[in-house]
Amino acid sequence: MEPEAQASAPALELRGIDKRFGPVHANRTVSLSVAAGSIHGLIGENGAGKSTLMNIVYGFHRADAGEIWVRGRRVEIGSPQDAIAAGIGMVHQHFMLVENFTVLENVVLGAEGGRRLAGSLAAARTGLAQLARDYGLDVPLDAIVSELPVGLQQRVEILKALHRGAEILILDEPTAVLTPQEADQLFRMLGRLRAQGKTVILVTHKLREIMAATDRVTVMRQGAIVGEFETRATSPRELAEKMVGRAVLLRVEKAPARPGATLLTVRDLEVRDRLGVARVKGLSFAVRAGEIVGIAGVAGNGQSELLEALAGIRPPSRGEIVLSGRELVREGLDARARHRLGLAHVPEDRLRMGVVAGFSAQDNAILGYHDLPAYRRGPLLDRAAILAGCGKKMAAYDVRPPEPGRRITEFSGGNQQKLVLAREIDSDPRVLLVGQPTRGVDIGAIEFIHRQLVALRDAGKAVLLVSVELDEILGLADRILVMNAGEIVGEVAGADATEEKLGLMMAGVKGEGHA
Amino acid sequence: METYTLIVLLLAATIRVATPLLLAALAGLFSERSGVIALGLEGMMLGAAFAAAAASAVTGSVWLGLGAGIATAVALALLLAFAGVTHRGNQVVAGMAVNIMVAGLGPALALAWFNLGGQTPQLEGAGQRFLALTWPWADAARAAPFPGLLYAELLSGHNLVVYFAAALVPFSAWVLYRTRFGLRLRAVGENPSAVDTAGISVTRLRYQAVMISGVLCGVAGTYLSTAASAGFVRDMTAGKGYLALAALIFGKWRPYPTLGACLLFAFTDALATRLQGVALPLVGVIPVQFILALPYVLTVLLLAGFVGTAVAPKAIGAPYAKEK
Amino acid sequence: MSAPAKLPRWAELGLLPAVNLVAALLLSGVIIRLIGESPWAALKLLADGAFGSQEAVGYTLYYATNFIFTGLAVAVAYHAGLFNIGAEGQAYIGGLGTGLVCLWLGAWPFWVVLPLAILAGAVGGAAWAFIPGWLQARRGSHIVITTIMFNFIASAVMTWLLVNILIKPGQQSPESREFAANAFMPGLHTLLGKVGLAFTATPLNLAFLLALAASFLVWLLVWRTRWGYALRVAGQNPAAAVYAGILPPRVTIAAMLLSGALAGSLGLNELMGAQHRILLDFPGGAGFVGIAVALMGRNHPVGIFLAAVLFGALMQGGSQLSFDMPRVNRDMVVVIQGLVILFCGALENVARVPLAALLARLRGEKEAE
Repeated sequence: MEPEAQASAPALELRGIDKRFGPVHANRTVSLSVAAGSIHGLIGENGAGKSTLMNIVYGFHRADAGEIWVRGRRVEIGSPQDAIAAGIGMVHQHFMLVENFTVLENVVLGAEGGRRLAGSLAAARTGLAQLARDYGLDVPLDAIVSELPVGLQQRVEILKALHRGAEILILDEPTAVLTPQEADQLFRMLGRLRAQGKTVILVTHKLREIMAATDRVTVMRQGAIVGEFETRATSPRELAEKMVGRAVLLRVEKAPARPGATLLTVRDLEVRDRLGVARVKGLSFAVRAGEIVGIAGVAGNGQSELLEALAGIRPPSRGEIVLSGRELVREGLDARARHRLGLAHVPEDRLRMGVVAGFSAQDNAILGYHDLPAYRRGPLLDRAAILAGCGKKMAAYDVRPPEPGRRITEFSGGNQQKLVLAREIDSDPRVLLVGQPTRGVDIGAIEFIHRQLVALRDAGKAVLLVSVELDEILGLADRILVMNAGEIVGEVAGADATEEKLGLMMAGVKGEGHA
Repeated sequence: METYTLIVLLLAATIRVATPLLLAALAGLFSERSGVIALGLEGMMLGAAFAAAAASAVTGSVWLGLGAGIATAVALALLLAFAGVTHRGNQVVAGMAVNIMVAGLGPALALAWFNLGGQTPQLEGAGQRFLALTWPWADAARAAPFPGLLYAELLSGHNLVVYFAAALVPFSAWVLYRTRFGLRLRAVGENPSAVDTAGISVTRLRYQAVMISGVLCGVAGTYLSTAASAGFVRDMTAGKGYLALAALIFGKWRPYPTLGACLLFAFTDALATRLQGVALPLVGVIPVQFILALPYVLTVLLLAGFVGTAVAPKAIGAPYAKEK
Repeated sequence: MSAPAKLPRWAELGLLPAVNLVAALLLSGVIIRLIGESPWAALKLLADGAFGSQEAVGYTLYYATNFIFTGLAVAVAYHAGLFNIGAEGQAYIGGLGTGLVCLWLGAWPFWVVLPLAILAGAVGGAAWAFIPGWLQARRGSHIVITTIMFNFIASAVMTWLLVNILIKPGQQSPESREFAANAFMPGLHTLLGKVGLAFTATPLNLAFLLALAASFLVWLLVWRTRWGYALRVAGQNPAAAVYAGILPPRVTIAAMLLSGALAGSLGLNELMGAQHRILLDFPGGAGFVGIAVALMGRNHPVGIFLAAVLFGALMQGGSQLSFDMPRVNRDMVVVIQGLVILFCGALENVARVPLAALLARLRGEKEAE
């Protein structure tokens, strides 16, 4: 409606996008402008609302309010089809590929052109050859997708978008599954796309990538945009500050640690995923009584696999885990046996693993401990003891409302987590493994949970804390191990650690001088 | 000579038994390839068998019977899709519900309308039934054992539905592997998210697939009551819907191997009928029941991975919901 | 598009099944109307036929006994996250075990025969359920398909046995000889008579009490023991089970063993209690009715008992009904079974969403007042 010059109009403009999922305010009146022919970074922590925003642009979700403008023209995007028609393509974090199809079939799917396949496939083959020449996007077209390495699968996704005539290409955490070398290749390719006039939006939480690949960068935090910079004119440090929002950095009151005997020793631990890819690559470290050891790192660098291997959920492919004198791997001790040896575990993903959604709070309060003598009366479960135990935990950990019979999903995330923490700490462990203790937890509960962890340390227990929240690691850990790509890339004493230092290490930059 | 004739007749019987099995298995193929479990084949077939026989008896036209059979099976298919796709209900439960409901509804309606104890009236003549077609010179050719008898018994002498079913195999393969619809169908059964993000409606595709399975079950049911026999009787599918499902699994969800599985299963059936009480040299009398159970045993062994592997469409049975 | 609406517990357990049942019965009424009979008259006749006399009640509960066993079987598997469609075959093979004990040891005193018959039934059913359970746990074979296949295989095996081995010599129909009288399950009228209560002679027998005891034991086991706790955790969240040190494959196998054992107990009622011989297809579809019973009873023993009585009443009332309304016979009962499965199982989300909205609005109004 406005006679704007089309040429100078931004490739994509979002005006006042707002989106709620139930109680979660995922996007708060977000406005964003992306210049044509640029690579625009969108950075923020997990849960900052980046993916939601991009899913709205791609028509996967519908915004509650706001407008989308493409090249100076307002568009209604209600489905991926609308987005494709508007020249928007998206490469999702989890690839949207049909694994037993060939590359060609995947590219053609949904953009066939005619009813018969032969013609569409032939046309696509020609078109893809052209794309391969233009952008250096070589992929064996007749290979079955599942047999391709991840990097090539990603190329297929990019080809899919380009084949549909995408002018704007959104990549959601594209390097989460790539090696650093593959990531660099990807960035070079994105550069070629830009040179040909395409617009790229790179969604990531990795500072290094923003610095390496983008022209401009927008920072999101808690669903809102908190800053926008020329990439050349900013620094990783400035971005990190914006991302984390130093103003609300939580510092926990704690005395210096007084580490005692070593309780948990890990030697040369290697863990492979379902596909046989090593996710943890020969780690060795120890955790002593009376200290909190923090594992910092960007999500997906092997922390989850490490935790699960230590807890006995995932068998390691190599290495030793020694818990108070017993070697867990060789002895084949499962999760329950490890409980008995004094290992407790607060899992990273509460709803996937830490609780049973259909159960009441009291039934969840014995998960993993249901065969303790305390909960037993003859051959039966002692309901009274279970109820009383849950009531006690709820009182001690301030779980609200204190109703053990209530279904666990009817509690807020913070109260669920407090109950899980209560369950694990109440078992009086010598070693506590904690993954993302404050994910999806409100501020009040965060402080409470942090105090509990410190108290546990002061009681002479060993705590291994895995978190992607830098301020959490900085606030709690006495010793920090930084993980990158399955390896420990550095160790810093808690007192000496700064965000900048950790951030650089997390990005895989080693040997940075002391700040 | 005697043995040769016997074998030819056995093969001819195999073709007749295989026809409804094949139609139902291909019906299941379309449904399951789209990610919807085809547990309702039995019910759709039985419903169609009743409707076809009833309509044919009342109108005197087997073609109207076919129409009624197809319409009934498609209506049941829509019910399955409504429950399992639109409302994301349990597809196994939906299939069982339809099977059980139709098992009662057919005889109940037959009793109410025709008062023949749960059957439809005897269908007579070419108007009300699909009768075997005799090809030119087939009767004359019969005299010459080879290839005359083969021509007369295997190529000639079947009804229209048999030829339709035979033609359906290459046609299904063509649709599945050579058309846009087939590509999308295969994709939605493997990864509905990929189809959704490619701008195609998952719900629409699955409805289409389930309705195709309704049409084919309609033809299969019509065959049972108007071609293989002369009217509807209680429980006349006798588990053929489940056997078709087994054939589909045995055929690894592909048209030609499914045809092979249907022929194999039908052959065991025909053989069991032939061998009833016959003492064979060396082994003696083979219990008919064991031959009849062979398809089910083979399918279990296949599912267990002891004979080859059957990889089902990945998204099968899982209602599609966008993730947050 | 979001997750199915949440209902409060009482509505989930009571209101929703009731609404779905009413919907199924309404549709059944429409079908009866179509057939040309009056649904109201049919309902009255049916209720009278099912509960109108001691004899009627006896038959109703006798049918319900079968459905309690199979309903419990389906429910136990369900709690472990498994869909056991094979209760029919497990009941068949379990009944064979019970029947063989009665045939061979029928001369022994009843109180010796009874535990052996119970054991043989349970072992037979459990064995038949073990294979699909093991295949699911260890080889990932889809249990729905394998249990269906095992129904057919059971049917073939039993036909062969009855036609060739167990058949009473010199007889045409494939049935075993009658059990010795010691192996008859005492009728409930006999037992009641001993304590001075008069009850009409019906097939209702001691097995009914055994079914009630089984219901109680299942309740105790699933909701009050560590084993049951592990079963429910593995059924609802396998990842949480692994986290809690529970091995889901082991739970799968154990649940199927128990499920099969429960289904296999059907022979206690049907063979020992009523038929007094082994005959073709004696489960008579009770394994499939068990699916309806479990779905309607929300997989809880109390609900299963109520649903089993309902289906028993439909069976008994239905056969009485067909005397007065020849067009509304057992087949109609099967239709109603199918509709109940459809509404309580496959279409439950249809009623859930408007129901949740309605309840939310009612609550809102109450708060506004």
